[in-house]
Amino acid sequence: MLDLKGYGPALMDGAIVTIELAFLSLALSVALGLVGASAKLSQSRVAKGIATTYTTLIRGVPDLVMMLLFYYGGQVAVNMLSDYIWEAYEIDFFFQFDPFISGVVTIGLIFGAYMTETFRGAFLAVETGQIEAARAYGFTRFHTFRRIMLPQMLRHALPGLGNNWQVLLKTTALVSIIGLTDMVRVAEEAAKAERMPFHFFIPVAFVYLALTAGSELFIKWLDKRANVGVVQGS
Amino acid sequence: MADQAPLICRDIHKTFDQLEVLKGISLETRKGDVVSLIGSSGSGKSTFLRCINLLETPTSGDIIVHGDPIRFTTNRKGERIPADNKQVELIRAKLSMVFQSFNLWSHMTVLENIIEAPIHVLKVPKKEAIERAEAYLNKVGIYERKDYYPAQMSGGQQQRAAIARALAMEPEVMLFDEPTSALDPELVGEVLKVMQSLAEEGRTMIVVTHEMAFARDVSSQVLFLHQGVIEEQGTPEKVFDHPDSERMKQFLTPNF
Repeated sequence: MLDLKGYGPALMDGAIVTIELAFLSLALSVALGLVGASAKLSQSRVAKGIATTYTTLIRGVPDLVMMLLFYYGGQVAVNMLSDYIWEAYEIDFFFQFDPFISGVVTIGLIFGAYMTETFRGAFLAVETGQIEAARAYGFTRFHTFRRIMLPQMLRHALPGLGNNWQVLLKTTALVSIIGLTDMVRVAEEAAKAERMPFHFFIPVAFVYLALTAGSELFIKWLDKRANVGVVQGS
Repeated sequence: MADQAPLICRDIHKTFDQLEVLKGISLETRKGDVVSLIGSSGSGKSTFLRCINLLETPTSGDIIVHGDPIRFTTNRKGERIPADNKQVELIRAKLSMVFQSFNLWSHMTVLENIIEAPIHVLKVPKKEAIERAEAYLNKVGIYERKDYYPAQMSGGQQQRAAIARALAMEPEVMLFDEPTSALDPELVGEVLKVMQSLAEEGRTMIVVTHEMAFARDVSSQVLFLHQGVIEEQGTPEKVFDHPDSERMKQFLTPNF
């Protein structure tokens, strides 16, 4: 049996942090992606401009640089804001930039940009006739979005979404840099202390593999459901 | 008024960028009218139909659905837009459309396609909507396909399902946009037969079509459009047998 030299519980906690971080970031990135895609496809030039700046900026800067910028820069910004508010209004406003929150925000923002592109493409792939039929039958815009656009675009979005999710899951490993004790961080400490890198990193690798493999199965199942009503070409 | 005109269009113009596609089309229907819009491609007949339910906003002109004139306003760019989206939705629910490429919602079964708008737009209780849908599916002869997805059916069956979807709205006027143009020749008949039976029931219909036999036998009014104007208008006998316009005579002469 694998002997984790007493690091077992800590690794387990680390794995839970990894999973929590991944799911919260996913939720944030999907929300940002939907908003971003809607903005890019809207008539408003301002909305388009903001969304384009967002995706260009985020996709052009390395994830690690983003994370460091948010964590260290974020705290400095909060401090400055806090000083300003105190001087101007004498209101005591302060909060500590917690590494977990920084991690979720950074990863969510980064992947929100990728999701924006995925969803934009998926929205464009919905046939105009489908939307037109909804309008012609008196649907409200919201109802058209919820009952026709969303289910139909999901079919086109799922492959890209699945891909983004796997990359996102692996990107969470970066948070160990900003001091969050995720699974990788615990393994690193244990490996250093015990001088046994294989012993600790290989199990960690397997946990990631299990998570990605499991999600692949889940996405396949979702894909099958989303493609109901589509005749597959041979 | 008991016998209010289901639909009146007055002097409809439509311009895309610089191109004037409709140059003043008027149409008045009575209940039970079947109006055929004929003309070559690019004559503006489909655009006119799409102006009626505001899929295109007419550049000028009035549309009055059962006594209710659609209100327009101008946006910041100076374009004419409907003033009240709620009114547009309400009016669209009274004018159901059948499209050339069916446009059944591909992620829903036939039955789901038919009950969607009655439940969510007309607020019909689900049970009643299903009963209604089943009755209309029977009528168009595809009841046994109710749990199929559109992609699992032939074009003719899909178009009949789309007609059932339109009927389930119990509309004032049914708009048909070249309903048989996307069908294989052997499937055209089954759709035309359904449409003929609807005409005989006294439903008000406006049909953009290339099926001259249908226009001649089923319509009460025929409009021949050419380059955005009505070139010839009247009963089928008048338009087909004694046309005044040279264009109409040319249009009817087969040239192989």
